[in-house]
Amino acid sequence: MKILSVKKIIAVISAAAMALSFAACSDSSETDGGDSSSSAAVYRTVDEIKESGKVEIGVFSDKNPFGYVDNNGEYQGYDVYFAQRIAQDLGVELDLVSVEAANRVEYLTTGKVDIILANFTVTEERAEKVDFALPYMKVALGVVSPEDAVIASVDDLAGKKLIVVKGTTAEQYFTENYPDTELVKYDEYNEAYSALQDGRGDAFSTDNTEVLAWAMQNPGFTVGIESLGNLDTIAPAVTKGNETLLQWINDEITALADEQFFHADYDATLAAVYGDTVDKENLIVEGGIVE
Amino acid sequence: MQGYEVLFQGNNFLRLLGGLWVTVRIALISIVFSIILGIFLGTAMRMKNRAVRAVCRVYLEFVRIMPQLVLLFIAFFGIVKLTGISLDGETASIIVFTIWGTAEMGDLVRSAFSSVPKHQYESAEALGLNKFSVYLYVILPQAVRSLIPNLINLSMRMIQTTAFVSLIGVTEVLKVGKQIIDANRYDAPNAALWVYGTIFLMYFVICFPLSMLSRQLARKIKRS
Repeated sequence: MKILSVKKIIAVISAAAMALSFAACSDSSETDGGDSSSSAAVYRTVDEIKESGKVEIGVFSDKNPFGYVDNNGEYQGYDVYFAQRIAQDLGVELDLVSVEAANRVEYLTTGKVDIILANFTVTEERAEKVDFALPYMKVALGVVSPEDAVIASVDDLAGKKLIVVKGTTAEQYFTENYPDTELVKYDEYNEAYSALQDGRGDAFSTDNTEVLAWAMQNPGFTVGIESLGNLDTIAPAVTKGNETLLQWINDEITALADEQFFHADYDATLAAVYGDTVDKENLIVEGGIVE
Repeated sequence: MQGYEVLFQGNNFLRLLGGLWVTVRIALISIVFSIILGIFLGTAMRMKNRAVRAVCRVYLEFVRIMPQLVLLFIAFFGIVKLTGISLDGETASIIVFTIWGTAEMGDLVRSAFSSVPKHQYESAEALGLNKFSVYLYVILPQAVRSLIPNLINLSMRMIQTTAFVSLIGVTEVLKVGKQIIDANRYDAPNAALWVYGTIFLMYFVICFPLSMLSRQLARKIKRS
């Protein structure tokens, strides 16, 4: 019995081997990428997208509330809401592609998606590789503190301990602009939050989108300062040089200001996470205009 | 909401199973290609021709040194830049895992053939069998015995390594898990333990029988 089963396996393997004997040594050809570097335009123009009947947009699939997949397997979030509108106004079907923070630029430089709408913060370094459209959201620093000892302005921090996470913009901002503030530094976000809960510091500062969501989930804490420091903007991005699509998105964002589209987007996706005490204007950018 | 409840919200459990199928499908197709191509590579590695052996050696070392993640990025993004051919994530994954599996399989085949004593070759030839028949009827059956347990080990490693493919946009079981955890991060902050625990069990259900099979085969070979 034993030998029989082994024999069967051999028979199968050798049959497969013979069937493929013509394709011998084909494995080495798979590794070389070819030398014909036809580096033509990798992007699709607006007309080409419309013709194909489908727009491919890269979003996050696990960054609640900006881009995530709900319990029924449907994409949801602030970015997704906008993506759906883009597809609708282009008059094409929407094809959402799940991207990661680390490969968002690559998806555009290789033309694997037409647009990235994945909470993409505009930076000079990124702008060298991709083209950013007008912003549709903005992020600054926020400071969260206990309700019974609210830190409502930077002046309130005098003589208090401020918790920051190492390597974040918050650490950099306070070190440069308020060197007198006593900083308590941690490596991880969850350490920082438990330090705040234990009273090892009087307040905690990091991106406002982060602290606002956390304060909403943790009764007894409130975000006293909702917007502080350098304002970063979040914008759609397209492949470098794709001018027709860039222009189309810019026109779209400008036009959507008339109906206050991003306010509606906020109410549909972010309001549940940030609560109604938050000043929306600290996060939303309408018509691409940042005050 | 309790963490375990997340598993039964919407169609989360079915989505996890769907993700598991993606994992198994990629591993299965890759291992089939790897077996076929690996037999050729292993044979080539035993050739007397030094140039052929050197090429095989370079290929094997290259694949072993390169992290699979780098290979995945080359296949998914690099090939587009070089050739303009855009592969979808799953195809790119299968190509990379086949390239990797072929190298490992080739080395296993080579060592399996080498483990067959030289007198077996000589005796078979003395009986008047031609080279092809020597391999098919005498060497292969003996080599396969030591090959099978290693092959199963390789398959298990391949199943585990597929977790990387989420980085090129393939939604396999681990990525589905992350999506579920994140979608419920405000309602069920402790869902992670349950979701990852379930995924652990899923991997276990697939890999444990393979591991048992490999051990049993190894024991049988020892006895025969």
